[in-house]
Amino acid sequence: MQISTTRLSKSFSRKEQRTVAYENLNFQIEQGEFFCILGPSGCGKTSLLRTIAGLETATSGELNIQPLNASKPGSIGMVFQEHGLFPWMTIRNNIRFLLENNRQMVSRDLDAIVNEFIDLVGLTTFADYFPHQLSGGMRQRVSIARSFANEPDLLLMDEPFVFLDYQTRCALHGLLLDIWQRKKKTLVFVTHDIEEAVFLADRVLLMSAHPGTVKSIIDINLPRPREFLTLRKLPAYQDQVSELMELLREECEPFNL
Amino acid sequence: MLKNRYFWLFMSPVSILLLWETSTRSGLLDARFFPAPSVIFYYLIFTSPGEGLWTDISASLYRIFWGYLAGCASGIVLGVSMGLNHTVRMMIYPLVALLYPIPKIAILPLIMLVFGIGEMSKIVVVAIGSFFLVLINTLHGVDSVAKIYHDVAQVYRIKKHNFVLRVILPGALPAIFTGLKLAIGYSLVIVVAAEFSGADAGIGYLIWQSWETFSIKAMYAGIFVIGALGLAFSLILNFLERCLTSWRDTDQ
Repeated sequence: MQISTTRLSKSFSRKEQRTVAYENLNFQIEQGEFFCILGPSGCGKTSLLRTIAGLETATSGELNIQPLNASKPGSIGMVFQEHGLFPWMTIRNNIRFLLENNRQMVSRDLDAIVNEFIDLVGLTTFADYFPHQLSGGMRQRVSIARSFANEPDLLLMDEPFVFLDYQTRCALHGLLLDIWQRKKKTLVFVTHDIEEAVFLADRVLLMSAHPGTVKSIIDINLPRPREFLTLRKLPAYQDQVSELMELLREECEPFNL
Repeated sequence: MLKNRYFWLFMSPVSILLLWETSTRSGLLDARFFPAPSVIFYYLIFTSPGEGLWTDISASLYRIFWGYLAGCASGIVLGVSMGLNHTVRMMIYPLVALLYPIPKIAILPLIMLVFGIGEMSKIVVVAIGSFFLVLINTLHGVDSVAKIYHDVAQVYRIKKHNFVLRVILPGALPAIFTGLKLAIGYSLVIVVAAEFSGADAGIGYLIWQSWETFSIKAMYAGIFVIGALGLAFSLILNFLERCLTSWRDTDQ
């Protein structure tokens, strides 16, 4: 799936007060790329992602989502910050429920798909547990499995690892890259974590805050497959991180970060 | 034994009955108005069944069953519709706010005008009483389903009937059960009050009739049966609730 925007803007009005979420965004996301939207909190990056997902509408400008196959509308998968799983369904049913509602999955062996993706995220023995019986990291693994199992044309992730501890987050970065490389999906990933963006992305869109605009779009030229422990020693990696840090620092200057 | 929660569960009613028993037997309470519990239980178990107690119990249960069922079912259906559709909500809500505070017993004469003095009017008044309690709690339950589940359903294009049956209903279920539990107690209150007048069987009829003929033991028997039914209903509903909302993170 290919996404392009022209002068995309969104603002909220409440009690005569107009707040701009994002303004005048122009960018393109290519088929099959890992695209990160990076910015300080309050820059409208989550709002932008929700607009792409169809959960919100932009106030002005154009958002063009081009499906791979023009005859059928492309499907979207999404991973939220937390609590995206239905607490009254087991892990297995959380994945299966979405498949049952997916027209592309009619006449497919749903049980086999569910099992494949539960195995893929290493939760085979937890398949019949309820979400509250799992740790936060395990729950996000289920969310990731669920989003990939649907074979979406586009995957959207809204800071999915923000509430996890550092160790778990590193492990899930590896897992996510592994699955993404096997399934080759267009993936848009929102984060405020610079290292996370550099480690995962092909390209990073850096947003400025108040109002949210495109500050720059940076190519991450690091080899794949990436492995965190080796990658972090590469000078290229460190350069990219510090370049982004300096750019982000300008954004936070008034607060003297 | 003192650590066992069931011990304490039975301890409080048992001690009150013991206090009552000794007060009556020592002459502190007038035995004509407050017969000892042992006498009442003896009457309840050995004498009253022969005098048609089962007819009264089954008459009341029949009215409660159909009234409660109809009231709860329509309360859940309308509560979910109001929760999911803004127009329906805006149309129905003023009516609910207007009609809910009217004591249901106050409209029993009206209901008897419409449905006659037979079974139907008693079933209808129980249904109306249950309906409002379940409706209001269901609506609250639908509102309490977190926005993120609406988002997930929208992104993954969950079909409407699946959304209602497998997302909204389970999410609202804890609140629905609060309504169901309030409604069953209220159904007992209403059915007894309705049977005080214009009935020829039922627990309410038994109590009223006993009062008029000064059969104090029979009157107490009726009151004890109501209490026992209330306890049984709430145990059943608690059990159902535990089974159906076992996914909740409460047992830790």
